[in-house]
Amino acid sequence: MPDASPSGLTQAQVQDLCRIADVMIPASTEYAVPSAGDDTIIADILRTLGRDLADVRTALTELASLSGGAFSAVDDTRREAVAATFLASRTPALVTLGRVVLQCYYRDDRVMRSLGLEPRPPFPLGHTLEQGDWSLLDPVRTRTKMWRDAP
Amino acid sequence: MTARNDIVDVLIVGSGASGAAVAWSLAETKMKILCLEQGDWMNNAHFPTHGRDWEARRFSDFDISPNRRGRETDYPINDADSPMKIANFNGVGGGTILYTAHFPRMHPSDFRVRTLDGVADDWPINYATLEPFFAENDRIMGVSGLAGDPAYPPSRNPPMPPLPLGKTGTLYARTMNRLGWHWWPSDSTVATADYDGRAKCINLGHCTPGCAQGAKASTDITYWPLALRAGVELRTRCRVREITTNEHGMAAGAIYYDADGIEHFQPAEVVILACNGIGTPRLLLNSASSRFPNGLANSSGLIGKNLMLHPWPQVRGYVEDEIDGGRGPMNVIWSKQFYETDPSRDFVRGYTLQFARGTGPANEAITSAAAGQLPWGKDHHHVYRRRLNHRLHIGIACEDLPEEHNRVTLDPVLKDSHGIPAPRIDYTISENTRRMMEHGIARARDILTAAGAADLYEQRNPLNSPGHLLGTARMGSNPEQSVVNAWGRSHDVKNLFIVDGSIWVTSGGVNPTSTIQALALYVADSMKQRLATLFD
Repeated sequence: MPDASPSGLTQAQVQDLCRIADVMIPASTEYAVPSAGDDTIIADILRTLGRDLADVRTALTELASLSGGAFSAVDDTRREAVAATFLASRTPALVTLGRVVLQCYYRDDRVMRSLGLEPRPPFPLGHTLEQGDWSLLDPVRTRTKMWRDAP
Repeated sequence: MTARNDIVDVLIVGSGASGAAVAWSLAETKMKILCLEQGDWMNNAHFPTHGRDWEARRFSDFDISPNRRGRETDYPINDADSPMKIANFNGVGGGTILYTAHFPRMHPSDFRVRTLDGVADDWPINYATLEPFFAENDRIMGVSGLAGDPAYPPSRNPPMPPLPLGKTGTLYARTMNRLGWHWWPSDSTVATADYDGRAKCINLGHCTPGCAQGAKASTDITYWPLALRAGVELRTRCRVREITTNEHGMAAGAIYYDADGIEHFQPAEVVILACNGIGTPRLLLNSASSRFPNGLANSSGLIGKNLMLHPWPQVRGYVEDEIDGGRGPMNVIWSKQFYETDPSRDFVRGYTLQFARGTGPANEAITSAAAGQLPWGKDHHHVYRRRLNHRLHIGIACEDLPEEHNRVTLDPVLKDSHGIPAPRIDYTISENTRRMMEHGIARARDILTAAGAADLYEQRNPLNSPGHLLGTARMGSNPEQSVVNAWGRSHDVKNLFIVDGSIWVTSGGVNPTSTIQALALYVADSMKQRLATLFD
């Protein structure tokens, strides 16, 4: 379990974050990717909460309220229903929580490799972009003028 | 205690698109020119694409909203009463640091909307007036594009070849040809060749929040090196509170705070405002005095009014084949098929269709989830994999006509970190624009459907609205109906000039930076032509 102390969340909130992230993006053996509740990904989330801390706290408070206590303590049979209700709520705080989870999940090395992407920033290697088919412009070149004269 | 600085001939407030252009142009006069900028110099090494968190920083220190970005150099804006949120950037280069580099010019008809279409007002100048300045600006900013677009007069001749069509642009082009609709490679300030010290684009694919390669033109790397070499002084971290006046009703200079919060008075013979369509009216309203109780240069009562923000709906969809995704500049092609007024439609004026490439892996997930199109749970992975690098995306750049009730005022409560009253925005989208937006959305859906896209999704007020801030100190011949004259000089204060988007009379349906800069060069040229009689 990642350390909660520098993030601004309580240990109980971190546990709830791990569990709801597991539900949001579960692990997949088919694609060889971890869940979003993976320790490395959660640690990245906690390290980079920044401006999103207040909204994430609010979302986790909403989740705890729906759970009647800690979401991580809810039994398996009820957890699915609570999570479904929570994720369907689409509150602003939940939208932020979703973005925070996604922006860290989709930069994880294992996820990048599974998508066929190199785990690196765009700079300095960049990407290759083909020119495309410029002959498609030929019929456009023959059009008559479209602008209006306006002295 | 206010520190008093040595007097300068010309004081420019703001170093962005227009401030840089006017500084460079006036430098040849050898006058003593000073520019005050509230932000910092940017460093390419600090731009997001250097790091693995490159997409996340779009929502933090490179967010387009100053309210969320919250840098020390930003000021807050109360935009709660506007469906479109305000975007800007404060630093050397201003908004050109944080723009997509799309660089269309206004069209000839945009300057004659009253004469041609019976709405709003004509500009006191026309396209021909600006043509030489468009060309000069294209050369200095370094524009990639292709001459011969039938939607423009033939003088347009970008100095670099256009951005590649790529797989995405080829699909768009093939579709547009099948529909029989106009398209052309977009003008862009992303360099496609090594150009004037700038390295060419290597397809980092995340152009808006600063280009780590330096391929995207921003005025800190185009105009400013030239202006500084020519002797202009640029002072950063200087936040101007107000423009003061003397007993003759002329601008005397500016009071500003430096990085340490120390108050200075900077005297000047001429003051030029280049603070954008929000910052300029804010400064003028904050400069109210016993001589100018309603704000400086505001005898018309129009300071802050007629704000135009360019509503910009977006439609996207997903195709079967993998295409470019976010692995190249967003700019690809534009269409002017629906730009000019068509009497058969239920609105006047028109719009540009802007065709974009896709986006990065995190942003694809974030925007798909926000649209309710990416499920949580066991279906997440296979749905996501059908979307990444399969996206088509069309933006609809709608002309926004001026209306006085759309305005910038001073917020009675909100202040910046120096205690200066912040701007408040009151803005609604007009019925004409709403009809235009729906027409554009329908045509974009036609195009995406014809391209074979599914899962279409449309946004009428996208969160990342364009940040075009226009019209709040309009130009004109009649002092009762305008703030500045046909060459940017205040009707009321004859040594006060405005060169930013505030002076626009109408907005056209294009990104404004090219025309803002051409106007700034034109105003500077007009000043140079009249140096002996500038205040007459």
